[in-house]
Amino acid sequence: MSAIIHGAGAATTLSTFKSIDSKKLVAPSRTNLPVRSKRFIVAGSDSSNGLSVRQSQKLIPNAVATKADTSATTGTGHELLLFEALQEGLEEEMDRDPHVCVMGEDVGHYGGSYKVTKGLADKFGDLRVLDTPICENAFTGMGIGAAMTGLRPVIEGMNMGFLLLAFNQISNNCGMLHYTSGGQFTIPVVIRGPGGVGRQLGAEHSQRLESYFQSIPGIQMVACSTPYNAKGLMKAAIRSENPVILFEHVLLYNLKEKIPDEEYICNLEEAEMVRPGEHITILTYSRMRYHVMQAAKTLVNKGYDPEVIDIRSLKPFDLYTIGNSVKKTHRVLIVEECMRTGGIGASLTAAINENFHDYLDAPVMCLSSQDVPTPYAGTLEEWTVVQPAQIVTAVEQLCQ
Amino acid sequence: MAIWFARSRSLVSSLRQNLGLSAILIKRDYSPRPIISKSFLGPVTSHRHESTAVEKHPDLVQPSDEEDVLELDFPGGKVGYTSEMKFIPESTSHRVPCYRVFDKNGRIIPNSDFIPVSEKLAVKMYEQMATLQVMDHIFYEAQRQGRISFYLTSVGEEAINIASAAALSPDDVILPQYREPGVLLWRGFTLEEFANQCFGNKADYGKGRQMPIHYGSNRHNYLTVSSPIATQLPQAAGVGYSLKMEKKNACAVTFIGDGGTSEGDFHAGLNFAAVMEAPVVFICRNNGWAISTHISEQFRSDGIVVKGQAYGIRSIRVDGNDALAVYSAVRSAREMAVTEQRPVLIEAMTYRVGHHSTSDDSTKYRAADEIQYWKMSRNPVNRFKKWVEDNGWWSEEDESKLRSNTRKQLLQAIQVAEKWEKQPLTELFNDVYDVKPKNLEEQEVGLKALVEKRPEDYPPGFHV
Repeated sequence: MSAIIHGAGAATTLSTFKSIDSKKLVAPSRTNLPVRSKRFIVAGSDSSNGLSVRQSQKLIPNAVATKADTSATTGTGHELLLFEALQEGLEEEMDRDPHVCVMGEDVGHYGGSYKVTKGLADKFGDLRVLDTPICENAFTGMGIGAAMTGLRPVIEGMNMGFLLLAFNQISNNCGMLHYTSGGQFTIPVVIRGPGGVGRQLGAEHSQRLESYFQSIPGIQMVACSTPYNAKGLMKAAIRSENPVILFEHVLLYNLKEKIPDEEYICNLEEAEMVRPGEHITILTYSRMRYHVMQAAKTLVNKGYDPEVIDIRSLKPFDLYTIGNSVKKTHRVLIVEECMRTGGIGASLTAAINENFHDYLDAPVMCLSSQDVPTPYAGTLEEWTVVQPAQIVTAVEQLCQ
Repeated sequence: MAIWFARSRSLVSSLRQNLGLSAILIKRDYSPRPIISKSFLGPVTSHRHESTAVEKHPDLVQPSDEEDVLELDFPGGKVGYTSEMKFIPESTSHRVPCYRVFDKNGRIIPNSDFIPVSEKLAVKMYEQMATLQVMDHIFYEAQRQGRISFYLTSVGEEAINIASAAALSPDDVILPQYREPGVLLWRGFTLEEFANQCFGNKADYGKGRQMPIHYGSNRHNYLTVSSPIATQLPQAAGVGYSLKMEKKNACAVTFIGDGGTSEGDFHAGLNFAAVMEAPVVFICRNNGWAISTHISEQFRSDGIVVKGQAYGIRSIRVDGNDALAVYSAVRSAREMAVTEQRPVLIEAMTYRVGHHSTSDDSTKYRAADEIQYWKMSRNPVNRFKKWVEDNGWWSEEDESKLRSNTRKQLLQAIQVAEKWEKQPLTELFNDVYDVKPKNLEEQEVGLKALVEKRPEDYPPGFHV
């Protein structure tokens, strides 16, 4: 899966629809309609993608936190993989602030099971990059205690699913102590780790923790999906005074992308406009973004113009960006990896219905995994995760 | 920093207690442990001292020249072997003895090890123990009268509360369970501040967000009490880690009850502190009861002190109702933790005279005469009082004056705190995050509108 998804390019001319007539079938038409080749070419990130197409995007001016144009036009930047981007962000923050420390299992000299903390122990020492015994509740609690006395720990769960063992500390202490102490003690921790459905990792290693944690008051949740936003979100999370849970995805660590050389951070509460469009708003995050973009290719060939938003901020939702999009397209499709019941999609559906009911022409549709533990067998696993074909069908259904 | 252990009779009245003292450590060696070397311990540093070397028992592992190896090599080091199949018994023939300085009548036992306490300090300790007693009594009554919703007394554990606090420096960070208000009292939290928290009024530092007795004050280095049991233990390891990183002359001190040691966090916290060599003092108040669960139903080990060695942590069992013993033990433990950068475990044996809380009636599960016995004959406050009086530092007149003044002050504090206005509605939504996010702002606006629209549905004096 490539992080940089090009639209059809200049090669194909595609039609656009000024308004959607639900009765008419959407059909490609090559007559009299302006070519929109400039507008739909959207990179997976806003960085120095040689095709600088952002200029025409006037509709949602601040969907992306940083000024993408600068590095896009200069063309400088360096290419790296997502896990390296996370490491770069972490290292920069550790250089900047001596209070930042890392703790988790095998994060030290082993470099972390996904190599996000590689090299940090050599550079910063064994105390600042701390290898802990195996007890998630303990090192999460430890991080909270250290945070209350002035450090800024980055707590790594080897797999997000293991953080279920730390639920007590996260819910009862991490989210709560700032409030119950009357603001006397802050807990600026970052809890991060890989989660989501991988390749045949079995049910216990394929958990979607965002659905369990979303109710906890006092925490923020963000999900990264590209090297650009991974680094930006990591830095922003470390600098935040609130406890932030940063969700990474097991299958996205090897995505390659060119990111700016200059320092930047991403806004924790903002969603990312991946592909502006007119017909339908597709809301997604993390790995599903790539399934959606793959489906988008097919959809664009079929003449649809989906607007794809990577919501990035799972708690709280960026209802500003989402709302603007809904007001434009009047149709919403949510594509997520969480399970049907009680997932991020369920909450997002409720939020959209509550806030933007008047703007919807069709009920909000949510594509999620079934309410089953993730099976091991490859075929079964594939069926439990939303696939691009399903997304295409759903869009077609919604746009009728 | 080192401590001077003295013979009881000679030096009691002449020494001034000063936490910044630097003196020669002379340890009286009654135990079979190797003697800790006499050495000048200089300014506190974070590296280890020779004293840690003595833990290795040199006789056990001998390198051998013979073909037959006398030890086996495994990850974790060399270990001697035996061909005799022998199980380590589940318990030793004798329980670990309990360190005490006073006899039951408040007289110092001859030849005891302890750190001398000056008159000023002793009197302050006694006053605070008595104040704690009065405070517990009055607040308990206030709850019974319906003026506060909940209260939890520390009756029977005053010595642990006050003597441990007296042995620490103000920079040491306290992570309490919930039965240690005496530590906060020692550090200067006023009776008015206690009352404000219990009433959850506008002056409460917790801003009315927590139940009574969930005190917290960053000024006094006392982390806010959190109801779930034992969660503070791994956090203490974290605080110790933070202090170690910043090379501070301070340690983390955390409290837990006997019941709390069954929680997974107990294992986690101790193990982590040991592995990280964090300066943490774990004080376990073994008071015999966890609500209605007696310790015989809580664990099968010889109390908690034996668990220390399982984690590689130095530990001691102390008579928790003996103020001087607690003071000496905690003071020594604190020095060890800071100078040697290691955790220490103290099991303070005591008895929970009061009910678990105001929601409990302990006569339902234990004999009333058992409670009465501990309340009268094994009372730590009376025991210390006898000693202080015997030294001529305290009189009956001082006693009655202190108790009546404290009582008056408390009643006054409660009256004022009760009438003090409560937090406005906006405090429901503040401090969830550092800056109020949009969704909470909306929820606040919605609630405000609701309250303003129908004020008759809400209590009088409830303001937005």
